[in-house]
Amino acid sequence: MKISFYKIITFVIVFFLLIVFWLGLQKDNSYNTKSLVGTNLSSFNLPSINNEDTITENYLKNNKFTIINFFASWCAPCRIEHKYLLNLSNNGIKIVGVNFKDKKENALQFLNELGNPYEFVAQDVDGKASISFGIYGIPESIIVNDKLIVIKKVIGPINQQIYEEILENLK
Amino acid sequence: MLNNTGHLLIFLVMVLSLTIIYKSYLELKISSQKISNSIYQLSLFQSTFAISSFLVLIVAFINSDFSLINVYENSHSAKPLFYKIAGAWGNHEGSLLLWINILVIFSYFFLIFNFNHLKKFRLLTLIIQNLLILGFVIFLLKNSNPFSALEPVPSEGLGLNPILQDPALAIHPPLLYLGFVGCSIYFSAAMASMLANYRGKSFALSIKSWVLISWCFQTLGIIVGSIWAYYELGWGGFWFWDPVENASLLPWFAITALMHSVMVLEKRDNLYSWVIILCLLTFILSVTGTFLVRSGILNSVHTFASDPARGIYILIFLSLMILSSLLIFFKFYKKENYSFNFKSKETFILINNWFMTFFLVTVFIGTLYPIFLDVLTDVKISVGPPFYNIVIIPLVIPLLLLMVFGPQFNWINSNKFFSTKLIILILGAVGVNLFIFFIFGSYSFLTNLIFISSIFLIFYSLIELKKVLQKKIKYNLPRIISHLGFGMMVLFIGINHQYSLEDDFNLKVGEEKKFSHYEIFFDDIKLKEEKNYKAVIGNFRVKNIKNDTTQLLNPEIRIYANPETLTYEAAIKTRISSDLYLTMSNISRSDFYNIKFQNKPFMIWIWISALTIVLGGFLQLLNRRNEN
Repeated sequence: MKISFYKIITFVIVFFLLIVFWLGLQKDNSYNTKSLVGTNLSSFNLPSINNEDTITENYLKNNKFTIINFFASWCAPCRIEHKYLLNLSNNGIKIVGVNFKDKKENALQFLNELGNPYEFVAQDVDGKASISFGIYGIPESIIVNDKLIVIKKVIGPINQQIYEEILENLK
Repeated sequence: MLNNTGHLLIFLVMVLSLTIIYKSYLELKISSQKISNSIYQLSLFQSTFAISSFLVLIVAFINSDFSLINVYENSHSAKPLFYKIAGAWGNHEGSLLLWINILVIFSYFFLIFNFNHLKKFRLLTLIIQNLLILGFVIFLLKNSNPFSALEPVPSEGLGLNPILQDPALAIHPPLLYLGFVGCSIYFSAAMASMLANYRGKSFALSIKSWVLISWCFQTLGIIVGSIWAYYELGWGGFWFWDPVENASLLPWFAITALMHSVMVLEKRDNLYSWVIILCLLTFILSVTGTFLVRSGILNSVHTFASDPARGIYILIFLSLMILSSLLIFFKFYKKENYSFNFKSKETFILINNWFMTFFLVTVFIGTLYPIFLDVLTDVKISVGPPFYNIVIIPLVIPLLLLMVFGPQFNWINSNKFFSTKLIILILGAVGVNLFIFFIFGSYSFLTNLIFISSIFLIFYSLIELKKVLQKKIKYNLPRIISHLGFGMMVLFIGINHQYSLEDDFNLKVGEEKKFSHYEIFFDDIKLKEEKNYKAVIGNFRVKNIKNDTTQLLNPEIRIYANPETLTYEAAIKTRISSDLYLTMSNISRSDFYNIKFQNKPFMIWIWISALTIVLGGFLQLLNRRNEN
């Protein structure tokens, strides 16, 4: 068999394809944000819900631990986890709320009705800022320490068990 | 009990494969003209055992025999009988058994129907086909065994995913497998043809019917899948350029090109190497598609229970197939002389093949680019409809025109090119387009061209059809019908796309909503208990203010118990001129329901024209049978 340019090109392309397929198989394909734990939080700048103030990552450096909780008035599980957030807040844990894709009036009414556990309520009207936090649904919560390292991530509502874990770890 | 029977039958299929390979190899050295009877018998036994093993699996599903893991995971005793049976191929393991069945049956049929071809060619085809069978049987036994036993036996199964419990979807996989796996036989034949030096016209004759059969089933399978998506997925669309849909299109482009160029090989004894490449490519792309879908490397609605170990096996198999076919191709490649006259049928068929190749490459890149990017740079993207629309749609216009001009030419050389008849037809098409433009509203320049060229093709096909029916020449009929179907499909998809109305709103029971020239009343909801689900049924009245007609629509929210799932059944009123499409979904903790309402013109015509394309294929099959 003579070696020609076309043959080499064909084999190179085929091997390239097969290797990419093989590498693709080795990858964990599911969108998994658990790997965020242990990484540094990227910088952010969000307006408060009243548009009077903004919050950046520097705010978090003052607290030993901060929970960043993503919520919305239209989200039913958020109502369920709300009492745990209130309890955590009563236990002296600082919580920043990010109001996700919501209307201001609805969000404020939600907090009036159920109580406000948040030190600061930021707004993310189009949900884009939340994505850079690695959020893909709400409710979700991220716990960061004063060095801005993510130490825990809760996907879905906080329940009794998670609540106790958080309380134990952060005390 | 059933698991032992199943294992035994599969094992026999494997042993027979080995025996057939060995026997055929011995026969190659014997100089007699005929293949000995023992090989026919072995092959017949192999088919019988393969079919029996599949029947055993179906029986296990019918009896809800949960001692098999596969039945336990994919069935439930309260399921209707029809879906119990469909459950047998509605999962990875069962579908692989179906896959093996098709390999085996095609192997047998190819052996018995091609008795007038060269013995060496037939034996080599049989050997290669049985190597494929062997590969898949080992895969089945090692990694995807539908007969694995479960101990202790559970009293109830987990159930079949409710969105798969749909008649269209029950027949979608068997059709597609017939199409995709059917390609295996001319993959084997192409390899054998090179090895046995059995080239040219006779090779074309040996594979032509098989190409046609698999083309028909592939096309039908893709259409049925689209119909399912339209009725079941509740988005009102029928083609999403989802990676898995694309994976089914890739072999389809290759096989469509093959179906045309194999005619050149048959009539003009030319394009041999190109036909071989297409034969090999079609099955390689089918296996690549299977790899992409089953390994979980792509995420989509189709990735049922993906498993990387499975992926590795298919990948190894795929690599062996590609490398061995490349080596054989390069080793036996002989330079051919292409000197076509421009004004000849073969030139136009070649141009058709360029188009198919272009579409193939476009969809291939669009589908695989996200994987490359993810693997090489860790960036996740998805390639959506805009890419395909921009790249593919403009090229549909010359393709449509080509479908008018190409078939007019004779083989070798012909003189006619532009006749006054064609000019009148084009003017007629422009006229109809202007009519649509002014009556229904304006659209872009590109859409104008698409409408004109598709109407042109429809007109031309209708005139030809009339001629053929008057003179009773059957020869051209299948081609005319398929091309007519294609022209209609492009036109109706275009109109549908252009004039669909859509709105999304929230309603409470008793409320109404006005939208465009429709008024929608949400009268009440009812509850219904069925054998395997409960349903909330909405009563809607849709009033068309323009012509003062009212339609009743009843979308459902179904709550399935096993596995616990909610599905939204669209209410679809299909009429000649348009479909009314309405879905409702509940909003948690509120009395409101989210309503999606669409008016989609000429929906039914899209299905009719797509089926017309396939009809042409089946007519051609009948034609060929009569010729023989």
